[in-house]
Amino acid sequence: MLLFLISILSGIISGMGIGGGTILIPALTIILKLDQHIAQSINLISFIPIASVAVITHFKNKNIDFKLSPKLIVSGIIGAVAGSILSSFMSSEVLRKLFALFLFFMGIYEITYKKDRE
Amino acid sequence: MKKNMSFTKIALIGVCSGFLNGLFGSGGGTVLVPAMVFLLGVDEQKAHATAIFVILPLSIISSFIYFKNNFVNWPPALIVSAGGMIGAYIGAKLLNRLTPRALRIIFGASMVAAAIRMVF
Repeated sequence: MLLFLISILSGIISGMGIGGGTILIPALTIILKLDQHIAQSINLISFIPIASVAVITHFKNKNIDFKLSPKLIVSGIIGAVAGSILSSFMSSEVLRKLFALFLFFMGIYEITYKKDRE
Repeated sequence: MKKNMSFTKIALIGVCSGFLNGLFGSGGGTVLVPAMVFLLGVDEQKAHATAIFVILPLSIISSFIYFKNNFVNWPPALIVSAGGMIGAYIGAKLLNRLTPRALRIIFGASMVAAAIRMVF
């Protein structure tokens, strides 16, 4: 039940355009004491149905840049394979600390984020 | 705002976002959106939409590699998928992209707090 509540909250945050996964993963490891790798895989898997729905909406609204995306996808796949394999070689302890560092900088970015329009 | 869109620059952005997304199981989009806006001069709304379209196949591939390495626990993954979809729908209806600065600061601060908590 707690897990379901946490997932709804992080979904709301991602729906609003702020990184939902970056807050879901620490919630899963700190509150539910899940292993770092498991928490990360939960975020990756849950992103698939959520993003699929979002892609359909954005496609209808003609917001996707189809000239740019193939290049980003092809190069991104190389990075994704390398990152996932490297991650599988790390212990959960080390990965958790590295993730914390990444999260720290993402948090600072969100705090200092300023939109031109604002 | 048209900026130089050399293939090397695009490829570097793609590799980095994919790498971080695979390594940390998240954050690919959080890096990709500002990279597209500031380095490639893509309009912010388009950058958001394009980032999701790009990260989707990358997450599928990373999920598969995590699965192969036995890092997947299906029951919580399915519960989070269901809850996440409900939440994402509410979030999108609640506020469409124009996220108030106060909210960003609250979430940013929670991220920093969680980061510190995870190290100790």
